[in-house]
Amino acid sequence: MYLYDEIDQRLVDERVAQFRDQTRRFLAGELSEDDFRPLRLQNGLYIQRFAPMFRIAIPYGLLASRQLRALAYIARKWDRGYGHFSTRQNIQFNWPKLEDVPDILAKLATVQMHAIQTSGNCIRNTTTDHFAGTAPDEIVDPLVWCEIIRQWSAFHPEFAYLPRKFKIAVSGSEADRAATQVHDIGLQARRDASGSVGFRVLAGGGLGRTPLIGAVMRDFLPWQDLLTYLDAVLRVYNRYGRRDNKYRARIKILVKELTPDVFRAQVEEEWAHLQGGPATLTTAEVDRIERRFTRPHYRQSEPASSAYAGALARDKAFNNWVRRNVQPHKVAGYAAVTLSLKKTGVPPGDATADQMDAVADLADRFSFGELRVSHEQNLILADVRQADLYELWQAVKALGLATPNIGLLTNIIACPGGDFCSLANAKSIPVAEAIQRRFDDLDYLHDIGELDLNISGCMNSCGHHHIGHIGILGVDKQGAEYYQISIGGAQGNDASLGKVLGPSVSQAEVPDVIEHLIELYLERRDSEEERFIDVVRRIGIEPFKEYVYGSHHKTAPSRRRQLAAA
Amino acid sequence: MAAIIRQRQVVADSWQLLKPAADGTVALPDVGDVIVPLAVWRSQRDALLGRAGGLGVWLDANDDPAHIAGDLGHFAVIAVNFPQFTDGRGYSIGRLLRERYGWRGELRAVGDVLRDQLFYLTRCGFDAFALRDGQDANAALAAFDRACLPASSERNRRRLG
Repeated sequence: MYLYDEIDQRLVDERVAQFRDQTRRFLAGELSEDDFRPLRLQNGLYIQRFAPMFRIAIPYGLLASRQLRALAYIARKWDRGYGHFSTRQNIQFNWPKLEDVPDILAKLATVQMHAIQTSGNCIRNTTTDHFAGTAPDEIVDPLVWCEIIRQWSAFHPEFAYLPRKFKIAVSGSEADRAATQVHDIGLQARRDASGSVGFRVLAGGGLGRTPLIGAVMRDFLPWQDLLTYLDAVLRVYNRYGRRDNKYRARIKILVKELTPDVFRAQVEEEWAHLQGGPATLTTAEVDRIERRFTRPHYRQSEPASSAYAGALARDKAFNNWVRRNVQPHKVAGYAAVTLSLKKTGVPPGDATADQMDAVADLADRFSFGELRVSHEQNLILADVRQADLYELWQAVKALGLATPNIGLLTNIIACPGGDFCSLANAKSIPVAEAIQRRFDDLDYLHDIGELDLNISGCMNSCGHHHIGHIGILGVDKQGAEYYQISIGGAQGNDASLGKVLGPSVSQAEVPDVIEHLIELYLERRDSEEERFIDVVRRIGIEPFKEYVYGSHHKTAPSRRRQLAAA
Repeated sequence: MAAIIRQRQVVADSWQLLKPAADGTVALPDVGDVIVPLAVWRSQRDALLGRAGGLGVWLDANDDPAHIAGDLGHFAVIAVNFPQFTDGRGYSIGRLLRERYGWRGELRAVGDVLRDQLFYLTRCGFDAFALRDGQDANAALAAFDRACLPASSERNRRRLG
C-alpha cells in the first residue's frame, strides 16, 4: 500500500476545500450549471437518473482495510448501505446528495482517498493487474509505476481539459490481465536483456462506439523516459484530438485518422524536445515512491499444509472454490483469493456496507490488511497463506462472497445499466440475473468452463462487452430495450473484438440465446480443454448464428440442456 | 479601461485586444497598445513594427506558437485565447511558449477564462488573466490562496508548478 506523504495529503485536503467552495457557489447561484459541470465531474460527481452518482478513485485497485471501512461508513451515512465496484477498479455510490459530497470527500481524505479525476475529460484512474506484486508470471511489479503515473497525472495542469477522457492501464506479467490493448494508453512492463525495466507502449485502443485495439508506439521505452513520453503523447492528443464531436474525440480516433505511423511520428517529434527534460525519472525518484509502499512480510519457507490438502480431498465445495477462486502466488505457501461479487440475484460488483466491513476484517486477519478491486468487479485478498484458506473460505461463504464462478459464465461483468445510469439504452442488472438463474447448476457451469460474459447498457461500453467471449449490448429499438449479442471477443494477450451475431433480441429472449450458444459450443468442442472462445475462433460465428437464428431453437431448451450435461 | 489580473493583482489594463473582421483583417488604431491576431502579425509585420504604441500578439487555440518562436523580441505581451474554458489546447500553448520558446514576458489568458481554472493556468506559465465578461476579478483572487508548497525539488515543481 502506498502511504501518502505530506504533499499528497495537502493536495487532497486543498482539493476538498476548493470543491466545498465551488459547491457552495453553485448552490448559491454564483456558478452556473454549465460552469460547475466540469468541476464536479473532475471530482467524481455525475448527475444520474435518480440522484448524483459519486465515483471514488481506488488507485490501481489497491485498497487498505481502513479505507474499505471508510467506504462502508460512507455507504451507511450518505448512501443506501451499499456501493458498486466498477470495471475501472473504482467504487460508485448511487444515492448521495450533492450538498453532502464535500463532507464525503473530507472523510475520504482522512484515509488518503479522493474522487479526483474519476470523471471528466482528463486522465482517469490508472488501472492494473489485480494480482500485481503476487502473480507467478510477473516480469515487473507494476504498482510503483502505477503510483508514479498517479502522481504525474493527478492535478496535471496541462491535461485537465482534454478533448475526452483518457485511460491508462499497466500490466507487468506474461498474461495481460489489465486489458492494456483496449486503453487510450496501454503499458506492458518488461525487461531488456540486461534486466532493466521498460515499457511496450500502445496507444489508441478503446471500446465504446468505435472499438479498436491499440497500436504499438514503442516496443521498449526505458523506464527513465516513461513520463516524458506520456507527456508527449498527451500533448499531441491535447492539441490535435478532435473537439468538434464528442463521439470522435477519443485518442483512438486521432490515431486512426492520422494512421498509427503518422501519429507515432508526431509523438516522436514532440518527445525529441521533452526527452531528458525535467520530468525524466531518476533512481532516486523511483526509490522515494517505492519506499512509501508497505509490502507484505511473507513467512519464509512456509511448509506445505497437510490440513489444506486434507480439506481439498474431503470437501468438494471447498475444492470447487479453490479451483475457481484461488490463484497461485509467487511466494510458496501463499495464494491470491477472489471474493466473488457475482452471486446470483445481486447486481454484479455490488457490496453492502456490512460486507465491506467484514471483508476489511478478513483482510486484516488473512492478507496483511490489504485487498484489491479487479476490473472484473470482484474483490481480492492477494496474500493469503494456503494454511488459512479453509478457514477463510468458511468466513467468505458466510458473507455470500464464495460463489465459485471466477472465470466462468456467471462471473458476469456488467455496468449499472438503465436501472441507474442516464446514458443507458437498456437495463443490465436484470439481464445478468436472468442469465445467472439459467445457469444456476454448478456442475453444468463448470463443465462449460472458462467463459467471459460482459454486459453494457449502451455503446459507452462500461461493461466491456466488446471483449467478452459473449458480449451483450443494450440498444434502443423504437423505444424498447433490446440486446445485441456478439461473440468472439477476448481480453488478455490475444485480445480481440467480438462480432455481432445477428438481429437484437428482447430481454426475455437473452437467456435462451446464451443457452443456444452454449449448446452449440458443447456440441462442437473437440475436448473439455477447448474453451468457448477457442471454438468460436476455430469454426467462426456462422454456425452459431445459424443455430441461434435458425430453426433449431424451437427445441425445448431444458431438454437439450440435460443432453448437453449428460 | 478593463480590469485584469496580473501577477495576482487586479490592475487596470491599457491593452486593446483586436479581433479580426469576417474578412480576417483588423482595424488598426493609430495610437495605443494593441494585441493583434497571429495572422495579422504575419501579414502586416512591417506596418505593426513601424507603428507607435505597444505591440502584443494573440494565439487562438488552434494556432501553433512555433510561428512566433523567432519573433518574441517584438512583443510586450502574448495572449492565448480560450474559446471555451473546457478547451484545453491553450494550456499546451502556454507551456510551449514558456518552456520551449523561452518567453519571459507577460503571458495572458483571454476568452472564456474563469477563476476555477486560474490555478492550472498559472502552473502552465500564465501570469495574466482577462476574465470572461461578468466575472468578478477581485473575488477570483481567492484562487491563488492555496498553500504554496516549496518548489525545492523537481517533484514539487512537476506536481505543483
